Amino acid sequence: MDIHEHQAKEILKSFGVPVPRGGLAYSPEQAAYRARELGGNAWVVKAQIHSGGRGEVGGVKVCKSEQEVADFARGLLGQQLVTKQTDANGKGVFRLWVEEASDIAQELYLGFVLDRKTERIMIVASGHGGMEIEDLAEEDPDSLVRSVVDPAVGLALYQARELGFRLGLEPKQVDQFSTFLRACYRAYRDLDAMMVEINPLVITGSGDLVALDAKMSFDSNALYKHPAIASLRDPSQEDPREATAYDNGLAYVGLDGDIGCIINGAGLAMASMDMIQLAGGEPANFLDIGGGASPERVCQAFRTVLSDRNVAVILVNIFAGINRCDWIAKGVIQAYKEVGIELPVVVRLSGTNVEEGQKIIRESGLPIISADTLEEAAEKAVAARPQTIAAE
Amino acid sequence: MAILITEDTKVVVQGLSGRIGQFHAQEMIEYGTKVVAGVTPGKGGSTVLNRPVFNTVREAVEQTGAEASLLFVPPPFAADAMMEAADAGIKTAVCVTDGIPAQDMMRVKRFLRRYPRDRKMRLIGPNCAGIISPGKGFMGIMPPHIYMPGRIGIVGRSGTLGYEAASQMKALGIGISSSIGIGGDPINGSSFKDILELFENDPETDAVMMIGEIGGPQEAEAAAYVRDHMTKPVAAYIAGLAAPKGRQMGHAGAIISAFGESAQEKVEILSSAGITVAPNPSAMGRTMAEVLGMKAAA
Repeated sequence: MDIHEHQAKEILKSFGVPVPRGGLAYSPEQAAYRARELGGNAWVVKAQIHSGGRGEVGGVKVCKSEQEVADFARGLLGQQLVTKQTDANGKGVFRLWVEEASDIAQELYLGFVLDRKTERIMIVASGHGGMEIEDLAEEDPDSLVRSVVDPAVGLALYQARELGFRLGLEPKQVDQFSTFLRACYRAYRDLDAMMVEINPLVITGSGDLVALDAKMSFDSNALYKHPAIASLRDPSQEDPREATAYDNGLAYVGLDGDIGCIINGAGLAMASMDMIQLAGGEPANFLDIGGGASPERVCQAFRTVLSDRNVAVILVNIFAGINRCDWIAKGVIQAYKEVGIELPVVVRLSGTNVEEGQKIIRESGLPIISADTLEEAAEKAVAARPQTIAAE
Repeated sequence: MAILITEDTKVVVQGLSGRIGQFHAQEMIEYGTKVVAGVTPGKGGSTVLNRPVFNTVREAVEQTGAEASLLFVPPPFAADAMMEAADAGIKTAVCVTDGIPAQDMMRVKRFLRRYPRDRKMRLIGPNCAGIISPGKGFMGIMPPHIYMPGRIGIVGRSGTLGYEAASQMKALGIGISSSIGIGGDPINGSSFKDILELFENDPETDAVMMIGEIGGPQEAEAAAYVRDHMTKPVAAYIAGLAAPKGRQMGHAGAIISAFGESAQEKVEILSSAGITVAPNPSAMGRTMAEVLGMKAAA
């Protein structure tokens, strides 16, 4: 789960990470008031969206007067910002962070990630801040320094020091850097984060270290331990279809095609998407109904898939282990009654109680297209698309 | 022989008293698996499915000689239950639970390293369908009837794709020695390479079907092992050719976040290591038949 920059800064600050002073604003008037409250004669106004790359598309501006702050805020609030990290719809700007301008002498990169190779928390840093880590890895890989933390010991002081010296910091800054790093590490560990990124971490004109930007994301499997973090979820930054599916306990990812998918198991769902593509179609979504799906859950899956207006055909592909084909079949029929399906539906059932399931489908009298294998199901789904769309 | 589970493996079920644990334990017993006990803290002294229930794994091991454990323990308590099994002397633990925090698993993996090699517990999962040696026994949630006994090993992250592979092979008359689900989480107990090593050393396995997916470095690590150390043929399929970058596809670990983690890149890595990669998920059975040089391939 992602959170906003201002929330990440508040969290990191509570762990002892130095961040610039700032305030949150939901209106132009409030933004100007925040500037006055902060004092000084320059402020940075930053759109709060769950995406990086805001600066390049006009989501961040240095303002020199309260009027300028208010004007910029007026133009930005309510806009959809499309960055290179968002989809074509972008993310809505509903809140701004107004911050005192910092005096920047040098920009560094600092990231904490879960490294899947070592299965530990890895720190990645670079003397070149401000660039995306992907670009940095491509354009200046030699500038990257890494260190892996032993979970039984935590981040050792020598590791932090070593990173600081390898970045070429002054001895006095190395001490500050070590403290900075250990505070970030504690936040990562204590809150079950999956990523903490400070980019840029700046060294100010007076030689102090400050987190100029901050990004945190959290392990959704661990949110039960951290209700305060869970409460930071912002549905305005999510695809509404995905948000609704999440609330209904379905794993759903919206895609660009027109064949809606209802599958059990993440692997089979990905494989079915692959098969659709190979058959000449495009999947409209990833959807895993999970194990032990009741007819009600199947019905809910139909509602979720149909909420995407691009969907022209629905493919149900179930290989039941912990699931039961008869329940799935009942769910499909219930969906016809309750949701009102007018699109072609292809159903492939296999595994536990398959005979009962197929019998229910056969005897329903509904225009359901049956398939026996994954291949056949994908081909029938692609063929069932309305001709006008298929001709495009 | 098969790997990890045979008809002689004595199994304890952690979470036997729960609805799900009881349902699957029943299936396992009907299949012939030697389920000898259950463990549910606080329910010690009771009986479920005619098996004694103990408060601790240690007691269960001492009283019954159990050497394997299947865990149906809710996510908040699963990491603790895995460590308990390791400390009680369990040799093989299979964890079905989905939704365990990644950092909990990080600590479990660190914990397992405190034991010397000959006493270290082998952990399978979490977030997996389990393990089966067809005709002998199984630990998990899979539908056992779809597996025909034979000489091919299956190792995969996804449960349902493992079923798909087994049933495609069965349709072609190809049977399975053991099928191992390693689970869809970013940090798991055993990797593809760990399981391939077991199959390489198993006299009852002739070839292996490996089912990977987007995300993580384990397929690449397995490819290097196959290229350098494996004598038995390996076929593979990688799910997620149609998956966009940076989006999590159901499994917590199924997300392309680094170079070499997309399905296309993994297919290239596996192919260049001499692994025959099925072009699509419907061709897993056919591809194995080709690898075995069977006429069915035509």
